[in-house]
Amino acid sequence: MESRWIWRILAAPGVVWLSVFFLVAMYTVLCVALGNQDTLNQPIPFWNPLDWNVGYLIETLKDFWNRGPFYTVFVRTVVFVFVAMGLSLLIGYPVAYYAARHAGRWRGLVLLLLVLPFWINYLMRMLAWINLLSPDGWGTRFLHTIGIEALFEKLGLLSQDGGWLNGQASSVVIALVYGYIPFLILPLYAALDRIDQRHIEAARDLGASPFAAFRRVTLPLSVPGILAGVVLIALPMFGDYYTQDLISASPRTNMIGNQIDEFARQGSQKTVGAVLTMLLALVLLVLMFYYLRTTRRADLERAR
Amino acid sequence: MLTWLRNPWGRPRFLPLVAGLYILWSVVPVAIAILFAFNAGRSRTTWQGFSFRWFWQDPDLSVFHDDALQGALKHTLVLALISVLIATPLGVTLALGLQRWRGRGSGTVNVLMLLPLVTPEIVMGVALLLLFLQVFTTIGLGTPAQAIGQITFSLSYVVVMVRGRLVSIGPEYEEAAADLGARPFDVLYRVLLPLLAPAILASAAVVFALSIDDFVVTQYLSGDASTTTVSMLLYSSARGAPTPALNALATISLAITLGTLALVFIVYRRFAGAEGAEAVAAGLEV
Repeated sequence: MESRWIWRILAAPGVVWLSVFFLVAMYTVLCVALGNQDTLNQPIPFWNPLDWNVGYLIETLKDFWNRGPFYTVFVRTVVFVFVAMGLSLLIGYPVAYYAARHAGRWRGLVLLLLVLPFWINYLMRMLAWINLLSPDGWGTRFLHTIGIEALFEKLGLLSQDGGWLNGQASSVVIALVYGYIPFLILPLYAALDRIDQRHIEAARDLGASPFAAFRRVTLPLSVPGILAGVVLIALPMFGDYYTQDLISASPRTNMIGNQIDEFARQGSQKTVGAVLTMLLALVLLVLMFYYLRTTRRADLERAR
Repeated sequence: MLTWLRNPWGRPRFLPLVAGLYILWSVVPVAIAILFAFNAGRSRTTWQGFSFRWFWQDPDLSVFHDDALQGALKHTLVLALISVLIATPLGVTLALGLQRWRGRGSGTVNVLMLLPLVTPEIVMGVALLLLFLQVFTTIGLGTPAQAIGQITFSLSYVVVMVRGRLVSIGPEYEEAAADLGARPFDVLYRVLLPLLAPAILASAAVVFALSIDDFVVTQYLSGDASTTTVSMLLYSSARGAPTPALNALATISLAITLGTLALVFIVYRRFAGAEGAEAVAAGLEV
């Protein structure tokens, strides 16, 4: 008997902590978003769900419906995130594939270098690019010399020589790729590493060309890894505001995170900030539970 | 070239090239930022010779002498220490409890424990900000709020890592101890905790690193200027920073993070073996 409740007592402090500082905190967002404001635009939360006031929510949704500023920013965010996800996959897949299948005796070192960015402060990694891409920075000069600056200008992705940090959507997207791609590569690596080599050998023995074996065996088997990695980077990208602030610093490239940051933290209207946070969380909830389900299933399979 | 076109996935030639270029792209910019921390001049874009000027030699503007930079570094370390001291025991007990607690409520708690891992930081930031502004007004914003926020998201990492180790230890040792007459508390204290020690140490290091590198939650819950951390300073002055002292500050913080992780990794390898080290590496991928 004794041994049963001891585990519950051990779990209790952590459960209480998460209930108060996660669940109650999330509930507070709801109560502020569905509450009211005083004359100074300070939020008045309504704690009782029966009192909830959907006025501010309706107002925000109307803005979306009428293609107002929130709509523009939301569409821009979706475009940025999807382009960044696509680029990340395009770069990340061959890298993960190499590390999992062909790195040979370099594997340890390659893995170390792939994990390293995890533990480098995200803002330091952005600082590095700010130094490089300032008008007289080494990066700007390099891109000028090898002709990428001219190419980007021709494609309409850069408005002036050395203007990488002046409100360029392309810079923001590339910075997002740089920032989050490590979080895509590792789950992808794990998925590719788990694929049984014998499946591929079987396909080759049965006459498949190496490319056919890749397309019909390796690629389908790595789809769960692709999806998990893509979701894992989509979640923080949708809430990102600092990359935009640092790399562009122009409202022309504002993302939904910037909007939330302006309303909720910098504090013009916390109620509107809460409404936007709630809407973002609702949209992302699907992705969050998808990711939790896939990792849980992988855990169970490994335990078996 | 022709053989590659016919068979790009066979003996890969372009794969090492892509991987190599990617690694260069990911590492070199940071290396250059570190290099400029040692610049002798004020520029962050033109190399003017090697010096420790921005670390301690400059009497006013170096990390060691500039109050804002030094204050941020100190506050970052204080927060990291508080987070480790609270999140580690809280997470270890939660992991132990969840591992053995079967039945009503355990499934819900399992999901609740994983949610902070996948919640975008801005959502947690806004939620905790509103919590401290509307509910826990006596705590308010500032150091305690920042520590609470960091502990809330690091907790899950501790639980995941410690649980991974619990699974690999298996139930045999506990059962043996129980069969020999040990009471549950003794099993916990004399069998499980020693076996878990390496995982606990590793998770403490991860909490420490997460805390130092955190930005969003820490910024949302900051109070006055004295609660500025290294990350916040990087954010607020990266674009306008007048000297490489900011690079020096970032370099110091990076050295502390990587140094701690490397140290713990080595210790872990010695005590838990290579297999354990791999388990930790897997835990880090969460």
